[in-house]
This record gives sequence, structure tokens and C-alpha cells, in this order.
Amino acid sequence: MPSLITNLSSWGRYPVYSCKLERPERYADLSSTASSQIARGQGRSYGDAALNENGRILLTERINRLLEFDLEQGTLRAEAGVTIAEILPIIVSKGWFLPVTPGTKFVSLGGCVAADVHGKNHHHEGSFGEHVLSIEMILADGVRTSCSPSENAELFCATVGGMGLTGIIGEVTLKLIPIQSGYVEVQNHTAENLEQMFSLMQDETIDDRYSVAWIDSMARGARLGRGVVMCGHHALKDELPNNFHSISKPKSNRSIPFDFPSWMLSQLSIATFNALYYQRVGGKRAPFLSGYDPYFYPLDTISHWNRMYGKRGFVQYQCVIPDSTAFEGIKALLQKLSDSRRPSFLAVLKRLGAEGRGLLSFPMAGYTLALDLPIRDEGLFVLLNELDEIVLRHGGRVYLAKDARLSADSFRSMYPHYEEWLKIKNVVDPNNKFSSSLSRRLGIGSEAA
Amino acid sequence: MNEAVLILGATSAIARATAVSFASRGDSLYLASRDEDELRRISTDLRLRFGVEVHFGLFDAEATETHDTFFKSIVAVMPNLSGVVLAFGYLGDQVAARDFSVGAKVIAINFTGAVSILNICANYFEQKKSGFIIGIASVAGDRGRQSNYVYGAAKGALSLYLQGLRNRLCANGVRVITIKPGFVDTGMTYGLPGLFLVASPHSIGECIVSSLNKSADIVYLPWFWRYIMLIIKHIPEPIFKRMKL
Repeated sequence: MPSLITNLSSWGRYPVYSCKLERPERYADLSSTASSQIARGQGRSYGDAALNENGRILLTERINRLLEFDLEQGTLRAEAGVTIAEILPIIVSKGWFLPVTPGTKFVSLGGCVAADVHGKNHHHEGSFGEHVLSIEMILADGVRTSCSPSENAELFCATVGGMGLTGIIGEVTLKLIPIQSGYVEVQNHTAENLEQMFSLMQDETIDDRYSVAWIDSMARGARLGRGVVMCGHHALKDELPNNFHSISKPKSNRSIPFDFPSWMLSQLSIATFNALYYQRVGGKRAPFLSGYDPYFYPLDTISHWNRMYGKRGFVQYQCVIPDSTAFEGIKALLQKLSDSRRPSFLAVLKRLGAEGRGLLSFPMAGYTLALDLPIRDEGLFVLLNELDEIVLRHGGRVYLAKDARLSADSFRSMYPHYEEWLKIKNVVDPNNKFSSSLSRRLGIGSEAA
Repeated sequence: MNEAVLILGATSAIARATAVSFASRGDSLYLASRDEDELRRISTDLRLRFGVEVHFGLFDAEATETHDTFFKSIVAVMPNLSGVVLAFGYLGDQVAARDFSVGAKVIAINFTGAVSILNICANYFEQKKSGFIIGIASVAGDRGRQSNYVYGAAKGALSLYLQGLRNRLCANGVRVITIKPGFVDTGMTYGLPGLFLVASPHSIGECIVSSLNKSADIVYLPWFWRYIMLIIKHIPEPIFKRMKL
């Protein structure tokens, strides 16, 4: 197959590696022909999960056909390269929605499975993998195999959240959820500090199907952890005013046309933005209706928003701290960040529910914090190592789909099911033909590079 | 009124994009190629995305003796057939093309196979006194170059054939359009060095379908290839023969 050797990075634009890309157009061309390869969908993981330095990368973007849509049962079967953005208009118009969606719709179905992504409803519905009915895989020996929670269950549990390291995800069958409209009814609540934030997020009376909190990462001292909790659910028909169409139309796209210079995202500009955002969003006291698109994918309306962080790229640090230590852990992380005086443009806090099936999946019952940190200097990596220590001390873990710099030792401590995963990996891919820059860095499937 | 279109060589990236473009207008389709698995996948996808009628069947351009039966089977399921897009093509390995067995295959698919099936289509539409034939040739057919002259010769011959067909069918109200794509981002060109101004299959597919609403008989895609090829065609042979193109 024709190939292209090029420098490649993912959404965080760090790191950048030379990779050998192939882009099959036929399903039968999804195969493991090299000693090392990894599938890549839309490249929306942040770090090196979909990179393979000096190795083969299989782009799945043209393997994106919808294969079955059962309107009665709400099941959808499609090839792994199809994006959520392509799926949504088709299923929403028929009264169905994705059971779990990440914060961008420009992700592939295969990527959602491989990273076992979660959404704002993890505390109720679990991660993406919990709603996958079956997966067709192309294994290292070229055999096509299907796996599900009941058939080849071990392979299924190793593949959901398995970062593409068990084989190529070819087709995915998904259980959808019924909706009555394309709108979400949203209710915002403000918290003046972290204590209030946690009590709001634990408050069953305000909790909803979807819940997420934006945190003002620049707030310090008594205001540490202030922010806005945004709750929502798919609006029912009788919650819509009569003049509303039941399907919302996506907005037109804006774009960041060039790399922002680094001064643009300074402490001052972020502090100003955060203060304004806190006032504006927090000020909305009454519930309001939002189209599903702006509600679930607010940043998708700005293409290439990653350019905002400048040429050197950024790291998204996302970790989870288990319930029992969540408050202390999150507080320590925010304190550390605030003391470092490194501005984080985005800080998001979410509740997560129980662990799912995926052996290397990220979610565990607790609270997850995500921070976007531009790379200005090496000092950032020192800070991130310190954040790792806090996460480890509180029994938490770091999300591999976002990661670009975790150490192999930390990985082992954070992912206790790794040994179990490795046994399955050794059966389906004994020669470690599916590997990535991430897997080598973390020593997944072999000793760390 | 919606069209009912046969796409020959339906599994290539350009053909798939063309099918998407037709389907998004609500046209029904018959997809044909050698790869049954791909045909099934693409057909299902088009039905689910656009809610249109899509049929598919096996077609081998080289097996010219089967073309008659093949075409009858299409008209049987799609009696309202109103147009054909010939999208199959075979680039072949140019080094190997020095070996006649490879060159023969390039000619058999791109020219002989195309003439065989288009003759049958032309007779059908001529009798109906309506319809269209869109043939995808190539800018490579405009001038022989050392890098792909066997392919270029076959596609150039196809262009001449389409020209003659256009002349013959004009009086019968049948449109014949020759499409000459430049570099398109497909599996055929992926990773090739020295490509420039590469177009997406999506944009090519849209232009192919919209060419039906325009008057041009020979369409370069994207449009600027008309001028690039105009220059290339006018380089005097004594100079051209020394160039590395």
C-alpha cells in the first residue's frame, strides 16, 4: 500500500514524531503488515497515543461506512473510522442519541472505544464501552474476530480502553439512547469555592443526567475552586416551546487561522476571561434550552482551537481521584497549579461513576479534573510530575488518551489491572505488533523504551 | 426529476464521492465493481445516510464478454436508468509497464473495457433519446510523458473515444461529458512525491455531478488544470522530450 513518511502530532501538537502513514480505502486493507503499527482515527487524542515514531500508522479515516441502523432497537453498526459528527445528524433525526459522548464530535468511533471515552453522564451511564454491543477486530495474525461482553469477553475487556494495542478495531456496534428532541435543558449553579463546588456536585436534588463543572483555575485563597456546575438533560417534547423545531441545527464554524503568540494567553488575559465567564455563565439562574451541538461540543465551533496555545503545543492533564480522597486531592492539585502561576485556560471537574469493563480504562468512581496547560518551558513537566505525585498519593490515575509524559512506573501504579490486560495481549498479539509511542514510553506490552 | 445512475468502478475514492454527491440530491444508484464486500459496505452507507435506493452488482471491465449480460441485469432492476459514470481506471506500475503484459492490462481496463461497456450504454441511451455518459479520463491523456505514458495513452484514447461518442449522440439528446481530473487525494496518489494542488475526492465528486448542470463537454478538475495542461501541451516537442515530467 502507498505510504507517506511525515512528521505527525495529535491534538496537543506535542510531541511530534516521524511516522509512516498508510491510508486504506478498503476494509480488507486493514491489516498488520509491519512489525509495529497503530490505528489512528481523527488524531484527537492529545499526546502520543496515536503516534508511532518510525513505525506504521494506519489511518482509518476512509474506513467510515455506516453498516446498520435499527430504528426500532436503536442499535448502530459502523466502521471504526466514522466520526461522531457524521453519525449525529443521522441518528438525532430519527430520535436517537449517543449513549456517551466526549467533548468533541470530531472523534472516530474506533477512537471512542480504544480510549473508552466518557462524557458528562459517567456518574449515571458509565463510559462509552458500557454501551458497545460488539466489536469486529482485525488481530495481529490477520484473523477477523468479533468480541462482546459475552463473546470473547476477555478480548473485549482488553480492547475497550486498550488504546488500540490489542488489534485494529474494524467495526463497532453501539446501543443508542432514545431522545424526544435535539435540545438539552440546562441549569447552571455557581459555587464560590471548592467546598461549595463539591457539595453542589453531590447534591442529588440538582443532579441531572449530564453534569460538568467549569472551574476558575486562576482563583486563589478563599476562592480556590470557584466555578459553575452545569447540569442538563435531553429536553422532553413538553419542555419545548411550541415554536421550537425538535431538531437543532449546528452553527457555522469559526476557525483559529494561525498560532497565537504566547503572550496572548497570559495570566492576566485568562484571569480576565475567567472572571467574565464566571459572571456571565454563573449569572444564568433560570434553566434554559440549548441545542445539542453547542451544549456537548462548545469548542467544536472553533476549528483548530489548539492553535490558541501557540506553536509549541500544550498538554492536557486529566486525572481522576477516587471518592474517598477526592476533595483533598483536587484541592491539592488546584493549590499546586495556582501556586505555580501557570495559567490553565480550561479547568473542568466531573463526577465519575464506577469502573467499567475496560482493563486499562481511565474512569473510576471519583472526581476527574482536566487542565489545559500550554508548553512554555521545561518547568511545566516538573509541575506535571508533581501533580502525578499528588494523584498517586490519593490513589488516582492519569488519562492515557490525554497523556504525553507520564512515567512507566507511575503508569503501573495507577493501572492495577495492567497485569491482567497483559496476559490477554500476549495471547492475541504475542509479538507486540500493535504498539505506539505511548505504549513504548509507558512500557505497555513490553518493557519501557 | 431524480436521476438513476450507474457508477462503474464504484469503489474508488472519486467514485464514492461522486455517489455521495448524487445520493445527496436524492438520485438512485447502481454501484458496480469487482469488490463485492466494498460494494455492500458503500451501498449500505449511502442508503443509511441519504435514504436513497442503491443497488450493486459485480462488474469486471476486463471481462468484456460479460458486459452485455451485466448491462441487461442493471436495466432489469433499474428500468429508469438515466445516466452512467465511468470511474474505473488502472494506473499500473510504470516500470512494469515496459513489460507488455502489464501495459496490456492498463490498456484492457482503461480503454478496451471502457469502450466495450460504453458502447452498450450508448446504444441504450441513443434508443431512449435521453441520458448522460460521464467518462473519467485524465490529464495524463493530454500529453505523453515518460512517467506514465501507457496509462496516459489509454486515457488519451478514452478521451478521443468520448469525443466521438459525443458527436454521435449529440443529435439524440444524450450528454457525453469528459472529466479530466488532475491530482486527487486518493489511494492511487497517496504519499507520491512531487504532487501539488491535490484536490479532495469530495470536491471532485461534487464537480462531477454539477457538470450535468453546465454546458462544458470537457471538464478539467479542479478548473485550473485546463490552463496547466494548455501550457504543457504547447511546449515544443524538441524541448519537451528533454524534460523530466
